[in-house]
Amino acid sequence: MEGADLALKLLSTWLTLVVGLIVLPSAFGLSLGISELYMKILVKTLEWATLRIEKGAPKESVLKNSASVGIIQRDESPMEKGLSGLRGRDFELSDAFYFSKKGLEAIVEDEVTQRFSSEELVSWNLLTRTNINFQYISPKLTLVWVLGVLIRYCFLLPLRVTLAFIGISLLIIGTTLVGQLPDSSIKNCLSELVHLTCCRVCVRSLSGTIHYHNKQYRPQKGGICVANHTSPIDVLILTTDGCYAMVGQVHGGLMGIIQRAMVKACPHVWFERSEMKDRHLVTKRLREHVADKKKLPILIFPEGTCINNTSVMMFKKGSFEIGGTIYPVAIKYNPQFGDAFWNSSKYGMVSYLLRIMTSWAIVCDVWYMPPMTREEGEDAVQFANRVKSAIAVQGGLTELPWDGGLKRAKVKDTFKEEQQKNYSKMIVGNGSPNLELD
Amino acid sequence: MGSRSSHAALIPDVDHIRRETGFSQASLLRLYHRFQALDREEKGFLSRLDLQQIGALAVNPLGDRIIDSFFPNGSQRVDFAGFARVLAHFRPVDEDDATIRDPKQPEPLNSRMNKLRFAFQLYDLDRDGKISRNEMLQVLRLMVGVQVTDEQLESITDRTVQEADEDGDGAVSFMEFTKSLEKMNIEQKMSIRILK
Repeated sequence: MEGADLALKLLSTWLTLVVGLIVLPSAFGLSLGISELYMKILVKTLEWATLRIEKGAPKESVLKNSASVGIIQRDESPMEKGLSGLRGRDFELSDAFYFSKKGLEAIVEDEVTQRFSSEELVSWNLLTRTNINFQYISPKLTLVWVLGVLIRYCFLLPLRVTLAFIGISLLIIGTTLVGQLPDSSIKNCLSELVHLTCCRVCVRSLSGTIHYHNKQYRPQKGGICVANHTSPIDVLILTTDGCYAMVGQVHGGLMGIIQRAMVKACPHVWFERSEMKDRHLVTKRLREHVADKKKLPILIFPEGTCINNTSVMMFKKGSFEIGGTIYPVAIKYNPQFGDAFWNSSKYGMVSYLLRIMTSWAIVCDVWYMPPMTREEGEDAVQFANRVKSAIAVQGGLTELPWDGGLKRAKVKDTFKEEQQKNYSKMIVGNGSPNLELD
Repeated sequence: MGSRSSHAALIPDVDHIRRETGFSQASLLRLYHRFQALDREEKGFLSRLDLQQIGALAVNPLGDRIIDSFFPNGSQRVDFAGFARVLAHFRPVDEDDATIRDPKQPEPLNSRMNKLRFAFQLYDLDRDGKISRNEMLQVLRLMVGVQVTDEQLESITDRTVQEADEDGDGAVSFMEFTKSLEKMNIEQKMSIRILK
C-alpha cells in the first residue's frame, strides 16, 4: 500500500541520515560541526531571552543574587561567643536560646537538604520546568518559548531517542561480538573502539557538549579514577574520553543485559547485591583489579549518591583504602542548558531520561587532576577529605562534611556527641581564659 | 513534575496564617516551599522523622526538645499552620508591631513574652507550668550527653534552680523564669531574619 511504502521510505531515509551524519563520524571521533552550530544558536537565543526578561521586569533583578545567598541571615559565630551571657561561663537558663535559635535556623534552611533539589537558575532558560519565579513578560518571549517546545519535543526528542536506541544496541551487539574473540591486544583495541563509539553516540543523543581540561592527567591503567556524582550520565561523560572499568551492583532488566555484555569484552567489576554488604570482599576484589597494571582504571564515585552539582559531600573512605594511585576528576554541569541532576526519590530512571532528552543540551566541564597518593601518617579518612577538597576547588563547588546518605538515613550519633562535648567543656570546665562579658 | 508556583494562593488558609504569625507574603511562601521540601513523601504534614532527618538539627543538643515543640498535646503530625506558628516565635521584632497593635488582639507570637514562653517549654517537659528539679536535670542530661558525671550535673541543677527559685517551692515557675532573664536581650537572641 502506498501509505505504508511512503512511511517506510521516510523511515529509511531518516535512519540513513542519522547513521551517516552522526553514528559514522562518532566511530572515527570526528564531528561534522552540526552540534557546534546548534549550541551557538542556542546560546544566542538564551542571551536574547535573558535581556528581554531583564527589560520586562526590572524588579526581578533582585533575583540575580538569590541563587547564592541563603534565605536567612546567619550569625556564624562559634558556640562560645554565642553562649556568653550575663555572668561567667556556667550553665545558664538562657543557653536554651542559643541552641533553639540554631535548631530553628536548621529547620528553615540547612546545608544538606537543599543539595538534593535542582539548582535554582538565575535567569530563565525557556524550559517550563525551571519557571519558578518568572511570570509572563512579552508575546515575543512566549512565541520563542512555544517554538522551543515544538523543537524540543517534536524534533529533538525523536532524534535523541533514535540515537540512544542505536547506541545501546550497538554496545550490546558490539561487546558480545568482541567478547567471542580470544584474549589478545586486538581484542582490547576493538573493545575500546566499540565502547568509545557507542559512548559518543549516546552523548550525541543527549546533545552533550563536553570540554575536557588537562588531558595530560587522564587516568592511567592500574589506577582509580574518583569523581563527584551528579547523575548516571557522569559515567557516559567520562567514558567518552577513555575506557574505564566500572564498579557496581548487578541490576536486572536492560541494565543487566548491558552489564553482562560489557563484561565479556573487558573486565568490569560487577557485584551481586549480597556481595556489596561484605566490605572486605569488595575491597579485596578491587585491590586485585588495581594490582594488575594491565587492567583499565576503575571508576568510582565515593559520594555514593547523586548530589545536585553545587557541592561535594563526604567521600566514603572505602575507595581510599584500596591503595594505588588516585586520579581525581571534577565534573561541573552548566545548568543553563539542562539540569543533569537525578533526584532519585522524585523521578524514576525513565522519566529522568525523558527530562534530559527534552532539555536543550547537556553542557559540562571535566577537569582531570594530577594523581594523588596516600601520604605517610595519613589515614583513609584524611586522604579522602584531601581529594574531596581538591575536587571541590577545581570544580568551583562548595565543600560539605555531611554524608550524602543523609537523604535516606539519620545522622551518626558521633556528630551529636561532639557538640555535647563542646558544650560540656564550657559549663563544667571552669571558664575559659578569654571570657567575653556582655 | 512537581513544579513550584510563586502563587501564595496555593497555601491552605494563607490569610489566617498570615494574621496569626505576622509573616509577610514572601516569607510565608519561602517557608511553605521549605515545608514542602522537608515533607519528602508529600503527605501534607510533617512527622518527627522528617525533622530528625535534618542533619544540623539532629546534632543539636536540644534537638529533641525543639522537635517536641512542634508536636504539642501528643500529636504526631504538624501541618503548615503549626509549622509556621512555631517559627513565628522567632520572627524579629519590628517597631511597627508595637505601635499598630490593637490591644484587644492576642499578643503577637514573636513578643518577648511568647519568646520566653517558647524557651520555657523547652525545659518544662510535662507542661505543667513549672520546671521541677527533675525536669531540669533531664534536659541538662540531654544537652551534655555522657560527658558529665551525675554529681556534677546535680550540682549545676541545684545551683540553677536555687538562683531562679524565689518562692522556695523547689521549682522554677514561668514568672521566676522571666524574672531571672529580665536583663537579657531576648529579642536579639531569639530572632531569625528571613532575607526574602
